[in-house]
Amino acid sequence: MTAQNNSPPTLKQVGAHSLQRIARFRMEYPHYFLLLLIGLVPLLFINFNIWLMLTISGAAMGLLIFIMASGMTLTFGLMGVLNLGHGAFISLGAYLGAAVLAFLGGAAAAPSIAANLGAIVPALLLALGVAGVLGLVFERVIIRPVYDSHLKQILVTVGGAIIIEQLIQVVWGASPIPVTRPQALAGAVVIGDMVIERYRLLAVVIGLGIYWAMIQVINRTKVGILIRAGVESTEMVEVHGYRIKLLFMAVFVVGSALAAFGGVLWGMYQELITANVGEQILVLVVVVIIIGGLGSVTGCFFAAISVGLVNLYVGYLVPPLGGVAAVGLLVAVLMWRPQGLIPVIQV
Amino acid sequence: MAEPLLNIQNLHSNIGQYHILHGVDLQVPRGGLTVLLGRNGAGKSTTLRTIMGLCQVTGGSIAFKGEEIGRLRTPLIARKGIAFVPEHMGVFSLLSVRENMELAAIGGPMEQQRLEWIFELFPALKKFWHRPAGTLSGGQKQMLAVARAIIEPRELLLIDEPTKGLAPAIVNHMRDAFRQLKDAQTTILLVEQNFNFAKSLGDTVAVMDNGRIVHAGSMAALAADPALQTRLLGLSLDQHQ
Amino acid sequence: MLNSILSDDLPRSRLLTAVLLLILLGLAGGPFLFDGSVAFRTMSMICIFIIVVAAYDMLIGYTAVVSFAHMMFFGIGAYSMAIMLREFGASWPVVLAGIGVGQVLTIAAALLLGLLSLRVRAIFFALVTLAVASSFLVLLAQFYHFTGGEDGLRVRVPSEIGPAFRLTDTPWRGFNLFGFIRKVLSGAAIGEAWSQSFYNVRLTGRLLMYYILFSAALLLFLLMLRMMNSPFGRVLQAIRENEFRAEALGYRTVVYRTASVVFATCFTAFAGALFALSTRYVNPETTVSFSLMVFVLLMTVIGGMGTLYGAVIGATIFLIAENYLQDLLRMLSEAATNFPLLAALFHPSHWLLWFGLLFILSVYFFPQGVAGQLRIWAAKRRERRRQRGAAAPAADRAFDVEQR
Repeated sequence: MTAQNNSPPTLKQVGAHSLQRIARFRMEYPHYFLLLLIGLVPLLFINFNIWLMLTISGAAMGLLIFIMASGMTLTFGLMGVLNLGHGAFISLGAYLGAAVLAFLGGAAAAPSIAANLGAIVPALLLALGVAGVLGLVFERVIIRPVYDSHLKQILVTVGGAIIIEQLIQVVWGASPIPVTRPQALAGAVVIGDMVIERYRLLAVVIGLGIYWAMIQVINRTKVGILIRAGVESTEMVEVHGYRIKLLFMAVFVVGSALAAFGGVLWGMYQELITANVGEQILVLVVVVIIIGGLGSVTGCFFAAISVGLVNLYVGYLVPPLGGVAAVGLLVAVLMWRPQGLIPVIQV
Repeated sequence: MAEPLLNIQNLHSNIGQYHILHGVDLQVPRGGLTVLLGRNGAGKSTTLRTIMGLCQVTGGSIAFKGEEIGRLRTPLIARKGIAFVPEHMGVFSLLSVRENMELAAIGGPMEQQRLEWIFELFPALKKFWHRPAGTLSGGQKQMLAVARAIIEPRELLLIDEPTKGLAPAIVNHMRDAFRQLKDAQTTILLVEQNFNFAKSLGDTVAVMDNGRIVHAGSMAALAADPALQTRLLGLSLDQHQ
Repeated sequence: MLNSILSDDLPRSRLLTAVLLLILLGLAGGPFLFDGSVAFRTMSMICIFIIVVAAYDMLIGYTAVVSFAHMMFFGIGAYSMAIMLREFGASWPVVLAGIGVGQVLTIAAALLLGLLSLRVRAIFFALVTLAVASSFLVLLAQFYHFTGGEDGLRVRVPSEIGPAFRLTDTPWRGFNLFGFIRKVLSGAAIGEAWSQSFYNVRLTGRLLMYYILFSAALLLFLLMLRMMNSPFGRVLQAIRENEFRAEALGYRTVVYRTASVVFATCFTAFAGALFALSTRYVNPETTVSFSLMVFVLLMTVIGGMGTLYGAVIGATIFLIAENYLQDLLRMLSEAATNFPLLAALFHPSHWLLWFGLLFILSVYFFPQGVAGQLRIWAAKRRERRRQRGAAAPAADRAFDVEQR
């Protein structure tokens, strides 16, 4: 091999080099890689305007799911607790949200966004409050006795979910409840020849905001350090003098409150709440937290957006498979990376 | 004789259903370095873990500064002023060195002077301050683990085999660090297999076998008596290194 | 001989034996002891779900595989039967083919699931089965041209098990047990109540179908009992207790676990096929819904995991409660009309609320379930009796081997 630094690189060399860099990118930043793959490949099949609309809608859906899933991934990552009752908190939020919006119907129907917020914010706060308190009770009464056994956790949280959902039906009945979006958020904006629903834009903004806030807490605060340390080893955190059981409780309460918060937003997103809304979303939440990697908020974020995008792209390209696109993505990712995008804990 | 800092009487403890400690009697005098020696599986690590509340106490008592701590939970024991460096270091690999230290500084922001002192003892920590602890070498992780235990003044340090698998140069670092800690009136209970290291630092020594203490006395006496060493530990420890 | 029929896995508790015998007799004589369509439907469902729940116990109780896709296989069996009968006409060869197709699809799906379980750890696996099962439900509803979607499919069955078929024209006599008891309790003379309690039972194809269900349930249950008490079953239990050890002893745990999954799912699919033939109507709600999966979980746990007998008890308790607890609640609800909240809580449609409460309590206080707890009590009684009687309790204790 004589000195080759004088001749320009051949196409083959450039190609091999690029593949290497892509492979390294794939290994070091799997979450970006997956998102880019999912986002860009459909461009080959869909024209740009439609792609943009689908992307924004998909991001909106994904971000709402992120809000609801983040609590569950932290709970599992930090406490090793599998809470299948998470869906019930989502249902609770959806119903409470719908109830408050109906109650404050006047403010919701007014055309000004300030008045609308006067209806939405109380709905969100009520959902946060009730779910927070219920989460406290749930953690103390139902989960604490079964920290040691995953099987028992599955059983009691399913039982708890049944009870909560039945109580919801006692109060609100079993038939679907329509939810009207507040006036200023109803309808769509038209940009060029794209039509984008206003509410979806709001969902994107709120979702990004919550993600930003969570990342700040997790990466910049002492609580965040404790959470990340606790995910690795609860024993060592206790050795340093911290009562990690209190942290568990706080994380569980916040997670449950977020689930309800997301439920309120989801109700307005779907514009219809059915009795099993929590169950349906639980499946998506489970898919997202496994793809993202249990215990990782960032992984959950990217996984949720990926799921939202895939849902909308497939729903557009191959409508009959829209409902199962998320699970298809799950199986594909598991074959590639069984521990999820950003593995934090070894399970 | 002054009241021992740590007074363990007839301690029994279990791991799951296995009865590991069968009545340990151990006194750790204040202000010195006590070495806990013994074969693999003698129960040395379990003793430290039991003091720290990580293993279940099934009998006997542990008194720290005269106060019974055998039935307390780990966080409370730590807050009484006991720090623990476990056998596998226990550093949080996904957290940076800085975050590991911040977590250990439970009392508030790290005291700058103390931090400087730690950096003098373990310069590598300053160099890798922002790196994830998982990317450090074994020796550096060990230094981090010890640094975490001393970032805040503690009365008692429980340290489990800090020199295991470390290069001789780093072992010297450790020796200096422990000497300085002794000068600062910190009591240390050290589990060690490296007898030379132990000999250079230890004031008192206790030997364990089968979950019991089979010998206790001054380090000087044991170091001067190869026959005793062979009898207790199977080999002359000088050769065993 | 009883030992060999029950594969040496006796109930080991007199109370448990009594309950099981009661259930066996009740189901055996069913159509002739309990009158009415509700009773008939309940008994049929009990037979079917004994198979389903016992198979689930095999998975969750003996092999420690937690799967939420169990009812998916039930649905595969049911829909295979329904679709085959629709496409190829209602004859017995088609029925057999329907069963066959269901089994083949089930084995394929179970093997794929087993493959997936290689990639992920146990708790992931449970969640993944949840996702897969729910997408099966979605697909079922989606391809409605083929599957009838949410409306479901009517199942045309061979005439021999249809309602019009008559084995003989003369009806047999049935004795309405509960009717008799009710009449006696409300003061009627015994002789009169006795003669009034007889009713006619027509030997229709439906009756024939019921006894097919009953025989299938009995035979498959005994088969599963045999399997779990065979060397195969023991290896499964070893894997459940300590997988690493089992692997170290030379057992390919993956093979055993996958085999267990395949068997359990095939039994369930078979039960699904029977369900289709019996109810003559399949739809997603009654075959693959998530609530049905939860019900099976409830039945398994309340009955007693890892006992197989628990499946019989759990299925019976649950299905009787589902059908009759609502009546009890209706009475309570009417009694509480003055307290609207209480009345709402006791409303019969919310029977699941109380059942859920019962379920949680049983997980905390009776984690062994009914069958398991009865066995524990019986074992303790035996131990106490032995200690009181024998002079050398230690020697005797050697024979009182703790069996589950």
